[in-house]
Amino acid sequence: MKAVANWFDDRTGYREFLHETLYERIPGGARWRYVWGSTLVFTFAVQMITGLFLWMAYSPSSQTAWESVYYIQYEMQFGWLLRGLHHFTAQAMIVLLALHFMQIIIDGAYKAPREVNFWLGLILMQIVLGLSLTGYLLPWDQKGYWATQVATKLSTMVPVVGPQIQRLIVGGPNYGHHTLTRFFALHAGVLPMLLIGLLVLHIYVFRRHGITAKDPGRAPETTFWPDQVLKDAVACLGVLLVVLVLVFWKAPQHSAELGQLAADGRLGEVFGAELGAPADPSEQYSAARPEWYFLFLFQFLKFFKGEYEVYGAIYIPGGVMLFMFLMPFIGRWKLGHRFNLVYMSALIVGALTLTWLAIDEDRTKQSYKNALVDAHHKSVRIRELIEGRQGVGSEGAVALLRSDPKTHGPAVFARNCSACHRYDGHDGTLRVLEEVATASDLGKFGTREWIRGFITNPAGPDHFGTTVNASFNGEPVEDRFAAGEMALWAEENIDQMTKREIDSVVEFLIAQGGRTDIDAVDSELAAEGRAFFENSNDNVQACVDCHAIQPRGEEEQLGDVGLAPLLTGYASEEWLHDFLLNPGAEHHYGERNAMPSYEGRMSDQDLEILLRWMRNRWYEPEGKTPTEQEDTE
Amino acid sequence: MTDDSKSTYSLDMPEPSEPPQPATESPLPVPVEPRRNFLSKFLAVAIGGIVALFPFATGLAVFMDPLRSRKKGSGSGDDDGFIKVAALDDLLVGKPPRRYVVIDDRVDAWNMFPQEPVGTIYLSRQADRDVLALNCACPHVGCPVDFDRDRNVFQCPCHNSSFEPDGEIHNHDSPAARGMDSLDVKIKNDNEVWVKFQEFRPGTAEKIAEA
Repeated sequence: MKAVANWFDDRTGYREFLHETLYERIPGGARWRYVWGSTLVFTFAVQMITGLFLWMAYSPSSQTAWESVYYIQYEMQFGWLLRGLHHFTAQAMIVLLALHFMQIIIDGAYKAPREVNFWLGLILMQIVLGLSLTGYLLPWDQKGYWATQVATKLSTMVPVVGPQIQRLIVGGPNYGHHTLTRFFALHAGVLPMLLIGLLVLHIYVFRRHGITAKDPGRAPETTFWPDQVLKDAVACLGVLLVVLVLVFWKAPQHSAELGQLAADGRLGEVFGAELGAPADPSEQYSAARPEWYFLFLFQFLKFFKGEYEVYGAIYIPGGVMLFMFLMPFIGRWKLGHRFNLVYMSALIVGALTLTWLAIDEDRTKQSYKNALVDAHHKSVRIRELIEGRQGVGSEGAVALLRSDPKTHGPAVFARNCSACHRYDGHDGTLRVLEEVATASDLGKFGTREWIRGFITNPAGPDHFGTTVNASFNGEPVEDRFAAGEMALWAEENIDQMTKREIDSVVEFLIAQGGRTDIDAVDSELAAEGRAFFENSNDNVQACVDCHAIQPRGEEEQLGDVGLAPLLTGYASEEWLHDFLLNPGAEHHYGERNAMPSYEGRMSDQDLEILLRWMRNRWYEPEGKTPTEQEDTE
Repeated sequence: MTDDSKSTYSLDMPEPSEPPQPATESPLPVPVEPRRNFLSKFLAVAIGGIVALFPFATGLAVFMDPLRSRKKGSGSGDDDGFIKVAALDDLLVGKPPRRYVVIDDRVDAWNMFPQEPVGTIYLSRQADRDVLALNCACPHVGCPVDFDRDRNVFQCPCHNSSFEPDGEIHNHDSPAARGMDSLDVKIKNDNEVWVKFQEFRPGTAEKIAEA
């Protein structure tokens, strides 16, 4: 054994190298305050290891990036742990960086002859920040996508060549495949390579000058191995434990179901790093924020308006950084070191204050909170959809989400209908509009409640009431509907109807819609309603006098079209489709119509999504029934 | 690092390549308490090993994921996994085998592509209600086999294996260790040929279905 070791040493000189490495002198003994540099090397090693394994499963393109991360998080064994380690170690690295930096400043380790090493450290810090910025985009979820948009747009403010720089970073005029390939190459290739190179230099120069002993007389001199190595190892263990605590943060919340989740291989749903909904360039995400350690810069930008933005984005941060490079020279003066300490302390207090301001502002911002809730729903929903379909299609996950009535229906409604209509008082997406509604509130459309309202109180706020605010083709609608035939009928007749009679007509009309998402039709009651619709009682003008209808399952039409909308298949998808394309048809509102036709105004897919959404018809996994609003967190 | 923990450097050991030490440097400290020193070394190696191995082991577990058998998608086949491939009328007794593409839902990691080609098979009608289905992949190393009508044999274009129309090995020097792989066939609804498409391990004399 020894002979082999000697032979090897003769050829390589490894003993000397090991000796050099391990027996570095530490005057004053091993100390906890020296561990920060080692923990940084450790976290970087963790990032290299976990990053390489993630690389083996990651696919950088706008149709596969989110999808491959989804697969890592939810499908691959321990993928959530790998991602969690990588994600939270990145955050730990930033904290350790700050601690290392502060220790260097406080102990004066940046001063001559260690200026060059201090600069190397500052550059290394920039590289680590660059790694975190590029890594944030790679999952291609809403958060990373929209937050990184801001970061790259800021680069357009660089004087003279800003727009060109931005294009080069983004890989084209818009975010897409090449943004991901470029960010990925930076994140996994260029930046780590630079970091390794500079880190070797950093450690080499550090060894050349030796450790900056805080208090050399404190204890007998020792060596790096084993005393300081042990302290470093314990510190690294501490870092790893903190990271694991963050990975398993939600364990107490889900303690009851952990066994089941583990058995089903679904631990990725509660553990590890969050994966938001897939990036959707057509849907601005109002809760897009950078990682917490960039929040101070995010907040700082808010103070600069218009053309002064460039000061907040580039000149001032650049100046602050540049000043740090001068700190070793300032440290030479008598009060220089104190000045540096104050400067750094001021920066840290400032950054903390800005971070707190940013968090505090969001805490009270409704749009931010809504966006978070919405994003959470979407990230849960997309998982259901992918599991239901047993995989993503070639168009990617965001197309799957966009074709889902439950998710996309509200947006279609908001875009196409909410200029006049409301949906349970909001625009479909929970946003309450300031403008007054000029048409019915469709939140209950086609339900028993909706039809009962139309019979008992057609001029109510959810039905015709709001049309008094409307105008159509430049003419005010006034009380054409609010005091129209139906409203007059209700005023005169409704008191003459028994509750049972009203219920029966409601049931009869519900039967026409053929909805499957509400309570099944009581056919006995519906039959009574059919009779009342046609014949009514002695005191009430019959429905059929104005409304024609061909009851479901019957051959003949009752009544004549012309006076009021035909109620054949009322509120069914076919009826809705026909109505939307031609509300002014004779069998709908005819000349009284005050709604634009949607022929050609919506894509066929959007129309289909809207129709299905209004009737709660969408995919739900087994054991769940379609419900409109799920509990928010 | 483990090897080194045993070796101790004699302080007097000449180190010719070492540059002369500056005068201010004192000699390296001698461990005062050898037992404590041993404990420190042991703990340093143990803890260092744990923190380094943990992320590696996690990565390895993820890397090993493909070894797990995954539950397959429902696919477009029937309950037993048979897929409709052809109409019985299209196959005539005594005619050479015909080539068909098997269409099924294809799963590729996170993707599911409905109704895509997943493999190729040869069908030949042996008797009125008897259809032979052969997987197109050569049992040698999996090259797709052609049917040579002139010689009335299946001919593998890669390594010259040839097979009889019923799938048996034709040439004596065939590199393939077994005949072509037959597949289970069902005739349904009078005129439909349904095949259970499977792939088999190449190279072995025994026919072993791939999971």
